[in-house]
Amino acid sequence: MSERDLPTGRRLGQVVSGALSKGLTVRLEGGVSVEEMAVGRYVVIHGQRRTFFGMITDVRLELAHPHLGVAPPDLSDPFIAAVVQGTSLYATLEVLPLLVLSETGAPQPVKTVPSHFAPVAEATEGDVQRVFGPEDIHHFYIGQPLDMNVRVCLNLPRLVERSSGVFGKSGTGKTFLTRLLLIGLVQKSPAVTLVFDMHNEYGWAGTSEDHGRPVKGLKQLFGARVAIFSLDPSSTRARGASPDYTVEIGYHEITADDIDLLQDALGLSPAAVETVRRLARHYGDDRWFEAFLATTPEERADLAKSQGLNPGTLDVLHRKLENRLQRLPFLKPRVTESAVQRILEYLLKGIHVVLEFGRHHSLDAYLLVANILTRRIHERYVDLTERAMGERNAEPRPLVIVIEEAHKFLNPRVADLTTFGTIAREMRKYNVTLLVVDQRPSSIADEVMSQIGTRITCLLDDEKDITAVLAGIPNGQALRNVLARLETKRQALILGHAVPMPVVIRTREYGSEQSYREIMAATPGQRDGRHSLEFLQRLADP
Amino acid sequence: MDGRIGEVIEATTTEFIAESYVLHQAPSLGALVRVSDREYDIYALTGLVSTTSIDPGRRPVARGQSESSPEALYAHNPELASLLRTEFHCLIVGHRPVGAPAIRHYLPPRPPQIHGFVYPCTPEELRAFTSRLDFLPALLEAPPRFPVDELVAACLRQASRVHPDPLAFCLAAGRRLALLLTDQPARLTALLARLKPEGGEP
Repeated sequence: MSERDLPTGRRLGQVVSGALSKGLTVRLEGGVSVEEMAVGRYVVIHGQRRTFFGMITDVRLELAHPHLGVAPPDLSDPFIAAVVQGTSLYATLEVLPLLVLSETGAPQPVKTVPSHFAPVAEATEGDVQRVFGPEDIHHFYIGQPLDMNVRVCLNLPRLVERSSGVFGKSGTGKTFLTRLLLIGLVQKSPAVTLVFDMHNEYGWAGTSEDHGRPVKGLKQLFGARVAIFSLDPSSTRARGASPDYTVEIGYHEITADDIDLLQDALGLSPAAVETVRRLARHYGDDRWFEAFLATTPEERADLAKSQGLNPGTLDVLHRKLENRLQRLPFLKPRVTESAVQRILEYLLKGIHVVLEFGRHHSLDAYLLVANILTRRIHERYVDLTERAMGERNAEPRPLVIVIEEAHKFLNPRVADLTTFGTIAREMRKYNVTLLVVDQRPSSIADEVMSQIGTRITCLLDDEKDITAVLAGIPNGQALRNVLARLETKRQALILGHAVPMPVVIRTREYGSEQSYREIMAATPGQRDGRHSLEFLQRLADP
Repeated sequence: MDGRIGEVIEATTTEFIAESYVLHQAPSLGALVRVSDREYDIYALTGLVSTTSIDPGRRPVARGQSESSPEALYAHNPELASLLRTEFHCLIVGHRPVGAPAIRHYLPPRPPQIHGFVYPCTPEELRAFTSRLDFLPALLEAPPRFPVDELVAACLRQASRVHPDPLAFCLAAGRRLALLLTDQPARLTALLARLKPEGGEP
């Protein structure tokens, strides 16, 4: 069926001016009330040869003559009101063209604008459905556009191809959205995920945003396809789950870069950080932590003298490492088994790993553990990928690492030091990408932000954060109004790589029995974490 | 008589003056009239009506102080009907060559001939003429010796009554005026107040 045969929505007006770089101005027709319009809604523009898809980004009231503002017509008179509305008084829409529908209806990037006075109509549900496509093996249903009963589906292979981000100020549903995304990633398995679950929200029961009642976590939905690793097994058990593995970190795994990352969290001076580097050189990278913690005050005084270090700084550093890190129960002088190795084993088998922090959800613990584990896992992935390229074997499964409070890892000061910064910059070269969850996108380094392919954004009201999220998106600034006017709950703007065009969604319902049934019904049958040959081929050629 | 109401006594390309056969019996303001000859039906709107003495040097004098009514005055002075005359000044707004199917909303190639007969238009003619509003731009530009806005409003009010949905006609006309008078909002407001369907008789 050609697009011309499809029913069209209500006519709203016509294009009167515009530019590809700035968006189109559409004059509303007399019979259409400006109060029915809303930013974020879709319109279809029927050009002479092509059909364009656009989003309303602003609504404006206009006067045909400035004098009308000084002496307004008598709108209490129904006749005068009917005459002047739409003629002397009219409204315009700013419309951002997003897509062109080709003859076959396939969406393509927009490279021109419709001709003068092209008619503009409301997008129908059929129009929107054609753009986003149905839910299938690659596409995960995440929500519905405003005022429409249409499923917006994310292209998951494209989502994991680059790093992605979930942003929004606190309390706007980031966790809820992230949980949904993780469900999609486990369900359709375009990649394995490693979740650093700071607040124990994803593995076992989390709480719903709406009523605070418990909702099912990944393990409850997907069983053996998800493993819960825990830093605090007693906390995990107290919440009714049994951890698949208890993670312990050896002292030898803590490097000087890790401490640098913790500079703010531990309140260290730059001199203290520099001292750590000197200590690492002195004792060796894998011994310094244990050796330094074991020093007596006298030994430290000698050390200061022999290494030319400030004795005061050494003492402060010792005290902070002892009080803040050494007391963390999952840090052990000796560990029998490497957590990194176990995590990798699971990931390479296609089992998604959620690392719960239990009660150790302090920022220092989170930063330290996430950074240590990610560094090692990334090293192994680089190794595996390079070996696969050399030997023409299958590369390791794409991995998505999920981190919260992402700006602590990716702010301009530390982005160069952390593995997260490296992963974000090198993109998918080594099959590892990030899913960052953050409330301060403006604090994330620009070069990292520019590599974030898909941005899922709940309400943001800080100007800097809005600018950061929209940076690098074509005509992104036109979406400012849309972003600043999201509702505080269950609404998000999705932009970038995984969607054919920016879309404002009401997040899909999650937490009811019905929602669990729907998710299970859409889940392919493999429950053992392995994938069919056909699936692996698709991964190789998405 | 075939319904004619007067004849042309002065004509230019854009307007003509006709003299009414009956004193005080000119078409009403804004009424559409037609002057037909062998080549053209020429349509015009009645824009200015005057009743004056036949002799420009002799103005009428008041003489009704002792009469009971104006009608009685005329009855007692039958010569008055011959000493006075009623003229109507019409603005040409369109024409139709004889045999052509549709009215053209622009000026005929030549004005009507002197002594051409003037006929009132039937409701059907008025409806056909106002089925399109293309005569409005020229009408709004009429010379200031005509009460232009009153003329426009009166014409549209009369036309609305011969259309099946008078309110819809007035709305369409109002919108057209709003677009034409974009740069004159005060004039538009005044015009719309006169055009309102419940705004009284023309």
